[in-house]
Amino acid sequence: MTAPDDVKNDDLKSLYQEIILDHGRNPRNARIVEHHTCNVKGNNPLCGDRITVTARLSAGQVIEDIAAEGKGCAISIASASLMTEALKGVSTETAQKLFVAVQKLCKGEVDVAAAQAMVPSALSEQIEKLASLSGVKQFPVRVKCATLPWHAMMSCLAGRNDATTEGVSEGN
Amino acid sequence: MNAVTSVAPAKFDVNEIRKDFPILSRLVHNKPLVFLDSAASAQKPRAVIDAMSFAFENEYANVHRGAYYLSETATTNYEAAREKVRTFINASSVNEIVFTKGATDAINLVAASYGRLALKPGDEIMLTALEHHSNIVPWQLIRDQTGAEIKVVPINADGSVSVDAFARTIGPKTKIVAVAHVSNVLGTILPIEAIVEMAHKVGAKVLVDGCQGIVHEKVDVQALGCDFYAFSGHKLYGPNGIGVLWARAELLDAMPPYQGGGEMISTVTFKQSTWAEAPAKFEAGTPPIVPALGLGAAIDYLNRIDRVGAIAHEHDLLHYAMQQLPTVPGLKLVGTAQNKASVQSFTMDGAHPHDLATVLDRSGVAVRAGHHCAQPLMEALGVTATARASFGIYNTRAEVDALVAALHKARAVLL
Ligand SMILES: Cc1ncc(COP(=O)(O)O)c(C=O)c1O
Repeated sequence: MTAPDDVKNDDLKSLYQEIILDHGRNPRNARIVEHHTCNVKGNNPLCGDRITVTARLSAGQVIEDIAAEGKGCAISIASASLMTEALKGVSTETAQKLFVAVQKLCKGEVDVAAAQAMVPSALSEQIEKLASLSGVKQFPVRVKCATLPWHAMMSCLAGRNDATTEGVSEGN
Repeated sequence: MNAVTSVAPAKFDVNEIRKDFPILSRLVHNKPLVFLDSAASAQKPRAVIDAMSFAFENEYANVHRGAYYLSETATTNYEAAREKVRTFINASSVNEIVFTKGATDAINLVAASYGRLALKPGDEIMLTALEHHSNIVPWQLIRDQTGAEIKVVPINADGSVSVDAFARTIGPKTKIVAVAHVSNVLGTILPIEAIVEMAHKVGAKVLVDGCQGIVHEKVDVQALGCDFYAFSGHKLYGPNGIGVLWARAELLDAMPPYQGGGEMISTVTFKQSTWAEAPAKFEAGTPPIVPALGLGAAIDYLNRIDRVGAIAHEHDLLHYAMQQLPTVPGLKLVGTAQNKASVQSFTMDGAHPHDLATVLDRSGVAVRAGHHCAQPLMEALGVTATARASFGIYNTRAEVDALVAALHKARAVLL
């Protein structure tokens, strides 16, 4: 009886690590980017969480600034916050790679080293931070909380020039 | 089939009731299951499970079709279930009981069929701010097809809906009033009789979404005075896949079919078809046969227990929860109307309802978190989501205590 109990507490601890709680409580870049070139409202229709992602891209497809603001659970808000920190100054091509790596981390399909191998080495440290989101892998219904801001970000980058897409939802 | 109505039921005893629900003895995450989400879907008593297995194993065939023993038996049982529903809600005729897939299906039926019949451009459909999406979206669909408009009665801060607010919203253009009997988020019991009186004065018909009402109240559709009453089997301790639309016979007679297919016709030629009488007119295709029997078994079960005692027990749990929950720091009750059924929403400062629900689950406590299919209500309340504990006949005060203890633990994890 006690062993499985500990396992469960560990699950909760790895889901709600200090870094997640911190970013959930005090999200970084929770604002609207000035002179943004793209803008997307991400919306999880199942729970009503909403996140607006705005970004300003340079002519050379580099993310000069990115921000995310909205209402959501600790996981989605922390994920959005970590995402904006990771993506500033990154090319849209790299952002796409990071998106895939984070998705795989959240589903428990790769470990940190494998995720790092998927992105340029300059982002290794970011991957270590983003790996704090991988606690959701023990909570299948919460995976979409972690990936919501990333889906919104992907539509934002793809839609460019103030395209607004309502209802970005997790494909699984 | 053999409801023993002559014998007075034993006095309500929750420990006896719990023995009737097999799932309640299981563990979740190695903790005893504390199931506080009956408003979403209730657990099933052994009697329902057995009745459905018995039907599949012994008496299964399609209904209303075969001239052979099993089909006749299945048809008799299916129609007997309809009669059980009739008595349970005190309808005047079995022909007023339409079996549907669920409450959503029933409301869509009324909106599409009666709505098309009754609504002209400029006519008004009146809803309240606390409706479930199932009692909003079907009306928007028919509004867009007919040019009618939707008016919304606001709620008070405590989650009650005052008769005055209805009086201010209702008018000569109101043709349909569609309201929940009991709110699935706040537990508020709406003043149906008063609403019906006002609506009938202006010639409007009233649909009551009885999804929660049928569970927590003794329902007598004739005493309520409404024109339509819709509910789902699965919240009433029966199976899912079956629901009920009760409607006054004259309305069902006047309404065009909702869907076409087998069962609902009288004659079919390629030129023209004629319809069967209600309720068959509204039951196109093979109906949910065994789920209907399961609903009948659930009603038999509720008739066998001390229902008045059960409802009093639920009220006791609600009041105990309303007392105990606010002892958790940062916890705010959402929905504190005077007249309430055993559904309690709450929020906690600094913790999102989803995170709460995840942590509570690891203590074996199942609560609902989210917008509860009532986004306009969330907006009216100024929140994006709430956590909700809902209590059924099988819950206990000890489970309220378990919820409170788990909430303290959740604070330690999340804050
Ligand atoms: C008040 C209310 N109305 C409608 C519904 C929809 O019921 P169903 O999904 O069974 O059709 C529900 C169930 O969630 C409800 O609580």
